[in-house]
Amino acid sequence: MAKKEPIKNTDDFVEEKEYSILNLGPTHPATHGIFQNVLKMDGEIIHEATPTVGYIHRAFEKLAERRPYNQITTLTDRLNYCSSPINNMGWHMTVEKLIGAKLPKRVEYMRVIVMELSRIADHLICNSVIGVDTGAMTGFLYIFQWREKIYDIYESICGARLTTNMGRIGGFEREWPQKTWDLIDAFLKNYPKALQEFANLLERNKIFMDRTINCGPISAEMALNYSFTGPNLRAAGVDYDVRVATPYSSYEDFNFTVPIGTSGDTYDRFMVRQEEMYQSMDIIKQAIKNMPKEGGFHADVPDFYLPPKEEVYNNMEALIYHFKIVMGETDVPKGEIYHCVEGGNGELGFYLQSDGGRTPFRLHFRRPCFIYYQAYPEMIKGSMLSDAIITMSSMNVIAGELDA
Amino acid sequence: MSQDLLNKLTESINLNVGGAIEKAELPYDFATITIHKEHIHEVLEFLKNDKNWNFHFLTDLTGFQTADEKQLGVVYHLHNMITNIRVRIKTHFDINKPEIPTATDIWPGANWMERETFDFYGVKFKGHPNLKRILNVDEMDIFPLRKEYPLEDQQREDKDDKMFGR
Repeated sequence: MAKKEPIKNTDDFVEEKEYSILNLGPTHPATHGIFQNVLKMDGEIIHEATPTVGYIHRAFEKLAERRPYNQITTLTDRLNYCSSPINNMGWHMTVEKLIGAKLPKRVEYMRVIVMELSRIADHLICNSVIGVDTGAMTGFLYIFQWREKIYDIYESICGARLTTNMGRIGGFEREWPQKTWDLIDAFLKNYPKALQEFANLLERNKIFMDRTINCGPISAEMALNYSFTGPNLRAAGVDYDVRVATPYSSYEDFNFTVPIGTSGDTYDRFMVRQEEMYQSMDIIKQAIKNMPKEGGFHADVPDFYLPPKEEVYNNMEALIYHFKIVMGETDVPKGEIYHCVEGGNGELGFYLQSDGGRTPFRLHFRRPCFIYYQAYPEMIKGSMLSDAIITMSSMNVIAGELDA
Repeated sequence: MSQDLLNKLTESINLNVGGAIEKAELPYDFATITIHKEHIHEVLEFLKNDKNWNFHFLTDLTGFQTADEKQLGVVYHLHNMITNIRVRIKTHFDINKPEIPTATDIWPGANWMERETFDFYGVKFKGHPNLKRILNVDEMDIFPLRKEYPLEDQQREDKDDKMFGR
């Protein structure tokens, strides 16, 4: 390379633009996950972004082709690990649809409670992380303990906190202890106050608003073209919510509002998630209030639901069922199913082809993150690097779901 | 979706794209229409742009392999959010010549979904702007979700498991 003369005055600058290449990721503290973006930058303006995904790809769709139906729940845990119970319940519902199981109302209400709790957990992480990326660490530290309280509730239901593997095909593994109900009551009583304080910190904060309004916007039309779902689509102004459009697990019994934004920017996404947390708490309250007393905690599907241990030891029939379920020898009907639930960040779909054997013939997860992350380069084009960071955190891209 | 609605839909597809439908069924109340490979792009374009049906939202696009393992397929889940109607469009083709027109010109969101399908099944989407692997490494020379590549046999004994407790 020829040695360049030092520049003496500004007139010596060449007109031809030279872009610098910046490698953002794969492990960058501000991306909250393993995402790589190669940015072509003009000063601090992003000209072009090339995302690379797949760093934690674990071939779930292939693994699922060898696993019996009850063993796939553990794979769904690891999709969106901020709201694993929604994934678990979605998978159980898919299999129940395939085998035609009819669930007691009580189980469906219990599922609604768990799913709404995990939606709150998912949204509060996302929103507090937007705060961190804009420089407001306090809100994050303060609100994060409420996620721990939700995890305590999971723990009292199923024993696990992050990758829950909660519930079974046909219901829950056991009756919820009194402690669970107490924890939920305490959470519903105290969380609104904490959330209000968090909202006071950010919602009408001048610095936060200047930072997030008109940052990474997406129009409703473009969001639909890019197959956006969930809070990101609603922030752009489209009132599509799977809970309303195709109700599952008795969501039609509940009365709630679907918040929508107008401009689809970071601030709108933040506000939609804030309001959804209040709506979720409202749904949980309704579910507790209208919870049927009778119905037990599981459906009558002996082919899939493990019998109680005492019966396994004393009863031949129960022993046979136990053996068949544990060994994964139960056959299912042939069929083709698409079932979708409103996940933490969009329509989480399960496309299942069953050939009647012990394992799915083909299982595909419709992962909302994977689908809407492809619009990210478009959304950050022409914006500053720091805006790109908060756009990503407001989209709530979860690496586990992105890469499956 | 009811049988009536499915009949109406197949009728209007037949009217606009003649001879495209191979079969139409209703498994678990979900309209499923299998389209001949040659007509797939026309049918998708019609379903999106037709004023009555207007399936403006591509929910999902993925690949699959038929039970006899000789054919690959692509399945599209379309959704009209206004009337809340969903439809599943399927097509299939020979595994040795897996070529199909892209849907990226109809829905930009099909881009990564098609790349994923190419990555897993090796379906070549003609006209795709950037058809390369997305989740697996670029150097990979197999299409891992095809049935000819089974998962490792759990009973195999030829591996030394001194270091990795298996």
